[in-house]
Amino acid sequence: MDNLELAYLALGAFLFALGGVGLLVRRNPLVMIMCVELMLNAVNLTFVTFGKMLDDISGQVIVFFVLVVAAAEVVVGLALVVAMARRRPGADADDLRLLRG
Amino acid sequence: MAVEYVVFFVCAVIVVLGGLGVIMSRNPVHSALSLVATLFAIAVLFLNLGAQLLAAVQVIVYTGAIVVLILFVMMLLGVDTDDDLETEPIVGQRLLAGIVGLVVLGSVLAVLIIGGTDAVTGARSVTQSIAADGYENINQLGRQLFTTYVFALEITAGLLTIAVVGAVVLSRRAKDVQPIPEPESMTDQGDEPVIGSEPARSVDEGGH
Repeated sequence: MDNLELAYLALGAFLFALGGVGLLVRRNPLVMIMCVELMLNAVNLTFVTFGKMLDDISGQVIVFFVLVVAAAEVVVGLALVVAMARRRPGADADDLRLLRG
Repeated sequence: MAVEYVVFFVCAVIVVLGGLGVIMSRNPVHSALSLVATLFAIAVLFLNLGAQLLAAVQVIVYTGAIVVLILFVMMLLGVDTDDDLETEPIVGQRLLAGIVGLVVLGSVLAVLIIGGTDAVTGARSVTQSIAADGYENINQLGRQLFTTYVFALEITAGLLTIAVVGAVVLSRRAKDVQPIPEPESMTDQGDEPVIGSEPARSVDEGGH
């Protein structure tokens, strides 16, 4: 049982690293947002596992707040992508400078 | 007991393959579909961990709302063309990113391997024990959200409001492709005194 919980933590670490690598490598801002989602989900999985290991419901409550922050982040990030793509279609991460007011 | 292991390994494989698909797909739409697979497998893992409500919320919010929103923006912008993954824009970028990822993964794994289950320290059952006194999962989460964490809950409501306002402001359509111009003064928009041939223009504008 304990080994399984450690495996959950290892899976969360792997998914976090995977999302981080994707965020650093990919140029498409939409894919970068998706990689941030991967990282947030890895942290969610780790929180729930911690909550189970410590027998505390707070691990699951915190995931709720992470979900809300993730939703807000996606909304603002997609608005930025839309604003950027309107100025130059097919823009990549470097073209974020177009948004400088 | 054995069922938990089987479910974990099946879902772990899906999570890893989906995560690889997100960062390695040329087409952003394929990345989004891989993301759906990953998030759904994580929802099943939540069920496996005994977080029934979070599993449902994960499916509804993530795969039902967030990924659909991302796909909607993709279709809106028409960016579902393949990315060029062959060329490396910055020399050594992928190598350095891989090193960073391996360092993060290795450090966490080192903590887990060296510490074992002792790596997770802290007081047990501080807020409330899981399934205490016959509480259902959803019942317990709701009580904690509206008692212990009620202030944080209110703050997140404010955060969502700010995010909505920010999204509306950011995606507002500018009059031209230049940075958003200053608002024109009201006297340029027909509120000035009528002189000469000015009325004809306003009539034309109102006609169609």
